[in-house]
Amino acid sequence: MTYDVARLPWLRAKPIDFDRAIKQAKAAEGLTGDALRGFASYALDLDSSLKLAKLINAKAGTLTPAPLSPVKLAIVSSSTTSYIVPAIQAAAPRHGLLADVYVGEYGQTAQEIYGEQTGLQRFAPDVVLLSLDPEMLALNRSEIESQTQLVDAAAQQIRWLAEGIVARLGAMVIIQNVVEPADPWSGHFDRRAGGSRFAMLRELNQRIDGIAAALNGAVLDVDRIAGLVGKSVWTDRSQWYMAKLPFALDLTPLYADHVARLLGAIRGKARKCLVLDLDNTCWGGVIGDDGLGGIRIGEGSGEGEAFLAVQHYALELKRRGIVLAVCSKNDEANALLPFEQHEEMALRRDDIAVFVANWDDKASNLALIAQTLGISTDALLFLDDNPAERARVRQMLPEVAVPEVGDDPATYPLAIAHSGWFEAVAMTADDAARADQYRANAVRTEAAQKLGSLDEYLQSLDMVCAMRPFDALGRERIAQLINKSNQFNLTTRRYTAAEVAALETDPSVFTLQIRLTDRFGDNGMIAVVIFRAGDERSWVCDSWLMSCRVLGRRVEEATLQAVVAAARQAGISRLIGRYIPSAKNGMVADHFEKLGFQRISLEADGESTWALDLADYVEKALPFQYSPVSLGDHDARIYA
Amino acid sequence: MPESTLEAIKETMVDIFDIDDDVAIGPDTSAADIEEWDSLSHIRLIVALERHFGIKFKNAEVEGLKNVGDLVAVIDAKTGGGNA
Repeated sequence: MTYDVARLPWLRAKPIDFDRAIKQAKAAEGLTGDALRGFASYALDLDSSLKLAKLINAKAGTLTPAPLSPVKLAIVSSSTTSYIVPAIQAAAPRHGLLADVYVGEYGQTAQEIYGEQTGLQRFAPDVVLLSLDPEMLALNRSEIESQTQLVDAAAQQIRWLAEGIVARLGAMVIIQNVVEPADPWSGHFDRRAGGSRFAMLRELNQRIDGIAAALNGAVLDVDRIAGLVGKSVWTDRSQWYMAKLPFALDLTPLYADHVARLLGAIRGKARKCLVLDLDNTCWGGVIGDDGLGGIRIGEGSGEGEAFLAVQHYALELKRRGIVLAVCSKNDEANALLPFEQHEEMALRRDDIAVFVANWDDKASNLALIAQTLGISTDALLFLDDNPAERARVRQMLPEVAVPEVGDDPATYPLAIAHSGWFEAVAMTADDAARADQYRANAVRTEAAQKLGSLDEYLQSLDMVCAMRPFDALGRERIAQLINKSNQFNLTTRRYTAAEVAALETDPSVFTLQIRLTDRFGDNGMIAVVIFRAGDERSWVCDSWLMSCRVLGRRVEEATLQAVVAAARQAGISRLIGRYIPSAKNGMVADHFEKLGFQRISLEADGESTWALDLADYVEKALPFQYSPVSLGDHDARIYA
Repeated sequence: MPESTLEAIKETMVDIFDIDDDVAIGPDTSAADIEEWDSLSHIRLIVALERHFGIKFKNAEVEGLKNVGDLVAVIDAKTGGGNA
């Protein structure tokens, strides 16, 4: 069986009655995000993608997006893109999004960004994809002499447009890079010939990386998508000459999925946890039947090495913060045996944050795993070789990402890697430690069971809570938290890293980034708070969010204590809180009430406003190492 | 009974353009008659026909097409004269 990445092999084949189902949905009343996610969960070719997009557009007025998040994407491009739009719309629900897509006027890139009252500006995009073709950048001819000035000019043009997108539109920018050509000019010497198209475009791509980083943007790495597919088939020459198609028509769904996954990652929709089945997924054979000596894992046989590669791939994900869990139908003692005793295993019990092996339904076990980790089920990716288990989980928990895999374990890491469900738009030092923090959390839960009262337990944790205003050092992680936190999030307002950067120096806002360390380890940054100056000597809570990993640790109270101290110092008399309900933040509906705020309004949609008179606030003894520091100094730590 | 080239083209057009299958398509039908037939869906149609018939069009052949009849003629020439 060949593995053809262009056909999105990690997704199920489209059912025979797909077209009919789309027609029925069109005839029916309304349309839900759930249904869209269902349609998009298949490997759609371009024609099916167009049909799905047509349905979305026909229902634009009556569509209920939940559980999908709406996102407004504008494409500013120098080549033909209109046919890409429906493919992106069709791929977006696969990554948790409902995409509204605008395409700039053909050849009007600069005017759209820098003009007045342009269509692009009126559209007010959240994210702009900037894609310029090498032809338009005058980098399409090889020369013997080095052509640095041409690369400079192209990079300058891209930078100017990208800066305009950020500054004038207030949008996040995704810069599409260029395909470094594989077709030879001089051949193997192209790499060293500064004037070759290859050398120039490779240089340009490096410049693009720098531009995107400087603007807190992202890069759509088409060079690597093309490499994945094969550069000799990426462009179809006749289609390019006929209609200026930048890549072969059949590859549109793959390209669109890459755009969608990047948007998903920007919006915090990327998955957080890899849940592994064991028998015939992590090793060959069935541990309960074959025993420790009978399973195939490790060096020595092709099959054993392929399974070992699955384990190594899981560990590689763990190293960038993806949490690992196990969900297996086995007696627990059997399931644990290889982890504890088999020498060839790469995965160890300590690598697994939650280990569930029993005979219950896997869907229920997945829900249990999510609950234990304090994340929602739409943050899970479940890898299982058994088609029946996959089907069951898809039916019961359609929000769980379940890659389609055949019976060849050699393709399992590819299915996960190529699916884009673990896409990242930034990486921080905190990410590397996260998987272990979840594991430490499970240990803490056990500690809590052994100790008596909650307060005794919290005292025993030796917690140090460090708070400071937003700064450049914390920026990436702050933006990540703002975009990823769904449950403990009072207003679910999303800010890009660029917007976070602006808050760092805004004198009308009070911000806090909060880190928590305890005797089990460093939890990293776990909470973010933004207050804005309001009327009548008040501060209004714009955002308050926290990682669910530290629930029940009284961090909320410590946070409020710090805000109150700062507010008093600023001569503020009242704090205003707001709760905006979403599909996921029900757990914080009574957040302000718990903290002693009084409700001052409740709207029909459940949105509520709360107030705390600082005169009424009494400081509490909290289980943190605590040393109040003046907040007049912007860099002061409240707790050191 | 093997399907004629015209029928195959018609079926492909209905699918690619996402139009009703009772729409009249004959040798004289051209892009002017079908709203959904624009320059981009034309490329999609060409690619779909290439796949269906297992052939490859040259750019010059595609550019010379005026109507469905021309398309039938080019395909028949490539496949060896209709599916008779």
